[in-house]
Amino acid sequence: MDRVDHIVRRSRFFDAFFAVVGGLILVAVLIVLFVLIGDLFYRGFDRINWQFLTSFPSRFAERAGILSALVGSILVLIVTAVCSIPLGIAAGLYLEEYAPKNRLTALIEINISNLASVPSIIYGLMALGLFVYKLNLGQSILAAGLTLGLLVLPIVIVTTREAIRSVPQHIREAAFAVGATKWQVVRDHVLPYSSGGIMTGVIIALSRAIGETAPLVTIGALTFISFLPSPPLTPEPPFISFKWLMDPFAVLPIQMFNWISRPQEGFHVNAAAVGVVILIITLGMNAAAILIRWRFRRRIKW
Amino acid sequence: MMAEESRKSRPRFKKRSLLYSDSRFGRFRRWREKLIELLLFLSAFASVAITFMIGFILIVESIEFFKVVSIWEFLTDTEWTPLFAEPRYGILVLLSGTVVTSFVALAVAIPIGSIVAIYLSEYASSRVREAVKPVLELQSAVPTVVYGYFALLFITPLLQRLNDEIPGFNMLSAGLAMGIMIIPYVSSLSEDAMRAVPMYLREGSYAMGATRLQTALKVVFPAAFSGITAAYILAISRAVGETMIVAIAAGLQPNLTFNPLDSASTITSYIVQVTLGDLPHGSIGYQTIFAAGLTLMCVTLFFNVLGHYLRRRFREIY
Repeated sequence: MDRVDHIVRRSRFFDAFFAVVGGLILVAVLIVLFVLIGDLFYRGFDRINWQFLTSFPSRFAERAGILSALVGSILVLIVTAVCSIPLGIAAGLYLEEYAPKNRLTALIEINISNLASVPSIIYGLMALGLFVYKLNLGQSILAAGLTLGLLVLPIVIVTTREAIRSVPQHIREAAFAVGATKWQVVRDHVLPYSSGGIMTGVIIALSRAIGETAPLVTIGALTFISFLPSPPLTPEPPFISFKWLMDPFAVLPIQMFNWISRPQEGFHVNAAAVGVVILIITLGMNAAAILIRWRFRRRIKW
Repeated sequence: MMAEESRKSRPRFKKRSLLYSDSRFGRFRRWREKLIELLLFLSAFASVAITFMIGFILIVESIEFFKVVSIWEFLTDTEWTPLFAEPRYGILVLLSGTVVTSFVALAVAIPIGSIVAIYLSEYASSRVREAVKPVLELQSAVPTVVYGYFALLFITPLLQRLNDEIPGFNMLSAGLAMGIMIIPYVSSLSEDAMRAVPMYLREGSYAMGATRLQTALKVVFPAAFSGITAAYILAISRAVGETMIVAIAAGLQPNLTFNPLDSASTITSYIVQVTLGDLPHGSIGYQTIFAAGLTLMCVTLFFNVLGHYLRRRFREIY
């Protein structure tokens, strides 16, 4: 009896011990996260002002700004969105709604899950060999946008598939029963009902693209750029110009990387300020994604 | 109303006489359906084409490299000085940096991530879990260059306060920052896997008088092992492929060392270092980054295949 008692007491002790230690570790992880982000805001937030947002980089930390990097990030993101969203949604649709169960489909599925775990710098090397030199796009906004587009493609595909899978089968069956073709079912029912989930995925994918640094360093983004790309709108006809696609560029995370690598304290403050800008953008996009998912979940009840 | 309409339309339908699907509109519709299916298929197949292009570019450029440098020299030389007058190409030097930083990161992320996962899945109330999980997932939205900033300008000064012999660039702080970055991946995926274990297994264990800890470690953890393996493998490939943190905080000198307090270059940070400079396209220095990339790709591919095998080997079916 005494031995059983001893065992019970010991296992109870370990159980309570883990409850305390596990809780403490969880709290510690959260504290570390908040300290790191808080430290960044503490050092950089005061540096963000109108001058910082509208100036070009400079040799002097106090005069430097992020205008070219901010514009570059936005333009690259537009190309990324145009290339990854249609392709990703179409691929997700095919795999969920059309794909037959065969070897080829299995190959595509395994391939997508493997692509998601390829390090981002490998995409950069591929883009350097393919876009920059073989296709002669040079170190341009177009090459950067395509690179990031391919990089986030698996995220768009996976989240699209999840969103489509949550549309119940009986909706499709009802549409087929009144004579709709497959594409009509997809266009009029599956896509609208899953659009909330798809949008969430797209926003998360794009927020990842904004923070991505390594592949753009690899294809040769510039760090010191004191002019803006050519404007997309022109005063003469045809009013729209695509010359900006081929212009060199800088993006926010690379600007941050550049300022971190300098020894002067002033540039470290600038780096923290860029970090705050990037964090506000990415966390804001993620919050928006969560909000959209929540709104749609509330509105649609099967 | 409905009946009237259908009576009206019936004669028109009869005039065309043939089945609807044989009418011109029906044929157009079928043609359109086929075209759309083809377009969607091509989009899905694009991912295979991307993989093919990645492999193609890495291998083609590496072949050029291995025409100059033998594979044996590449794998066994203990110096990496490709840009010197007397170049030496020993990938082991870069690999040692990758191994050390990844090891530090995993030594942080795997135990802490697993403990957090067990706590969230088996101990925490559902309110705590619902509050904490989104915060942990938001953490993975923080860009890696920001973690690089933490490593160099927060963790390193902290370490230097503990021991002032630590150099400004060292693999330990890069590894620690990477570990903090990876914790949410491990905890989130492992927790999902453990939540997927059916409740009756836990109830059986509780009925035998086991405590929550015994149930978690001896019933839930083994039952979820296949999913937890997937989380660990993802953590490994994240650590091995992580670029910006090591490029910022670990220093950029190639250094064959296994001491985390040294500064050293990794495969990824070497690629960054070379591409930041101005190497002419087609030179041997330019080709080294593709050979390094191919090595990195082989390492991650190895872990992916291993993960695939382990997942299948330990899959539990209820």
